[in-house]
Amino acid sequence: MAEIKLEAVAKSFGAFAAVKGASFTVDHGSFFVVLGPSGCGKTTTLRMIAGLELPTSGRILLDGDDVTSLPASARDIAFVFQLFALYPHMNVRENIGFPLKCQNFPRAEIRKSVEEAARLLRIDHLLDRRVGGLSGGDRQRVALGRAIVRRPKAFLMDEPLGALDSEFRRLMCGELRALHDRIDATSIYITHDQLEAMAMADRIAVMNQGRVEQIGSPQEIYDRPKTMFVADFIGAPPMSFLKVHTAPRRGDRVIWIDGARVEMPELFEGRAEGKFALGVRPENVAFADSSQLRGRVIGAEYLGTTQIVTVTTAGGQVKARLPSGKPVQVGETVGLRLRSDKLSLFDAASGAVLSSALDGGGRHG
Amino acid sequence: MADVSLVDVGKRFGAVEAIRNLSLSIADGEFVVLLGPTGAGKTTTLRLIAGLERPDQGSVVIRGRDVTGELPAERDVAFVFQQYSLYPHLTVYDNLAFPLRSPARRMDEAFIRRRVQQVAELLHIEQKLTNRATALSGGEMQRVAIGRALVREPAVYLMDEPLSSLDAKLRAELRLELKRIQRELGTTILYVTHDQIEAMTMADRIGVMSEGRLIQLGTPREIYERPNSAYVASRLGTPAINLVPAELLASQSAPLEARTVGLRTEHIRIFSADHSGPRARVHWVEHLGDQNHVHLKLDSHSLVTLADPAQELKAGDEVALEFLQPLYFDQSGNRIAADGVLA
Repeated sequence: MAEIKLEAVAKSFGAFAAVKGASFTVDHGSFFVVLGPSGCGKTTTLRMIAGLELPTSGRILLDGDDVTSLPASARDIAFVFQLFALYPHMNVRENIGFPLKCQNFPRAEIRKSVEEAARLLRIDHLLDRRVGGLSGGDRQRVALGRAIVRRPKAFLMDEPLGALDSEFRRLMCGELRALHDRIDATSIYITHDQLEAMAMADRIAVMNQGRVEQIGSPQEIYDRPKTMFVADFIGAPPMSFLKVHTAPRRGDRVIWIDGARVEMPELFEGRAEGKFALGVRPENVAFADSSQLRGRVIGAEYLGTTQIVTVTTAGGQVKARLPSGKPVQVGETVGLRLRSDKLSLFDAASGAVLSSALDGGGRHG
Repeated sequence: MADVSLVDVGKRFGAVEAIRNLSLSIADGEFVVLLGPTGAGKTTTLRLIAGLERPDQGSVVIRGRDVTGELPAERDVAFVFQQYSLYPHLTVYDNLAFPLRSPARRMDEAFIRRRVQQVAELLHIEQKLTNRATALSGGEMQRVAIGRALVREPAVYLMDEPLSSLDAKLRAELRLELKRIQRELGTTILYVTHDQIEAMTMADRIGVMSEGRLIQLGTPREIYERPNSAYVASRLGTPAINLVPAELLASQSAPLEARTVGLRTEHIRIFSADHSGPRARVHWVEHLGDQNHVHLKLDSHSLVTLADPAQELKAGDEVALEFLQPLYFDQSGNRIAADGVLA
């Protein structure tokens, strides 16, 4: 167990700023996911927490102690890399026990710790097997065993499931989260896969170009994105944006998109006239003949349970998730009703969301 | 005319029967997706067509020619692998041109330039042609890898999970692009994936595989709406179809042979407890972002269904259920139509 705190941590490689002032706190016992596209700085952030990179500026605190300049070996943290290298000539027991053997632990203690780790991972029946003959999943579990056997204060995981096929990845997500809960660990997990993040995290930090764009619970990140980047990165398909040129005022509950009236959550702030984007998730769009917001159907992707229908409107393309039983004709003109309590208005220039009643009624940024 | 046919192909690796009696015909210009879990034999099927493996029995026919005994280079196929393997010391242009410059083909440079330009435009990487392959994002690298296959015009493109290492947003973009390119060029593609969304959105026909066998082959709609077995039914749909013992739903007029009933999420209706119908209890509501799943307990069985955003449900609520269009499966998992005939 540990609390990990980053205070304005930045890292540059030459002229390239990989991480630009990341600040967040990972609470004791929580599962924290850093999510972002490749090159967003998430791995560099993790490596600084591990002590494998030295920040250019900022502080890293582990349980309140400043560890910014401590080497990796002096931080009680286990790092699980994407590609697990098991020692092929050792059996499962020797692989898991290796980190303890290196630190000259007494043999009885190693034995006890290894068996405990194996029990937690439900691979105690495999202890005397060679790793070569194991299935992919069991190999992954052995590698995890090697990380947890030291009982470190925190686990850092860099896309540990990246090399697995998608089906197996889902299964391991559940196992990893259950393991985290059983051993009461603090975990930081890096991924570009939003499903992994949604399925495992207590809190998610979304990173883009070296910056933390938003930190929140999976549901917050999904329902109330703070920036257009977050709205666009999360969701499959992502949020659609309707372009509007307007001057939004505090207290507005209605926005006009090319003459069509659309209700939205009450705005808590106004802005000068300019370009804005009304964001709507596909599941919050329905067809309604009476709606003034109209568009032409340009495509429908059949997904079985649902279909994703793409409609061009005066404000741009909108994707709607509709029941697959609903007949849809490409080329037909339809009315669109957007769920008024689920819309976000973004400043298109900065990408930042305008604070509104969507934030839960209270006024905060 | 079939571009590629597998006729009764079998392949073993030691004791493992990787492919069993596989017959499959892919028409000219068709996009066929093989879907199945790890170990189902999907990749082996691709490798057999490419000539990277030799079948123990049966034959491989490409454009009417039996190629079973031919080397990979003699077959008219292009392969795209899961992990993009670009030449890091070459530019994007040279990576794309590479397959055309092979001594076996020996195309003239003017032709190569036209072809590379054309493919680069198709993939929206024409701005990157002079970049080193290593100075690209993951999505761009994978586009170059796909482009390297597209510069050639083989009888068939074989693609092994080409999008699986990309993030969701890129994957969705490339999925649409790949389908667009395939339509525009009329190419024939055999594509292997675990991802049901890729299969549903790109395929003209989906082949569902399990343990080396082709279990069902059909359009996405056929596979989803008329699966021939409980296995196929469970491969498609999110959340997955609920399979429950037939006796649990005694009130439904199930055919006599039915042992298992399949209930898709869109066919489960949830009403307040004062409504008639089987009773269930809300176990928990799982928020997954774009989907919220309701976990229901019906006797001792769990049902998972999509939450209707307009319906306020919370753990502990008692509800009444209605089941529409259930699918019935017999003892061995084969689907039987509602009138009792094997489907």
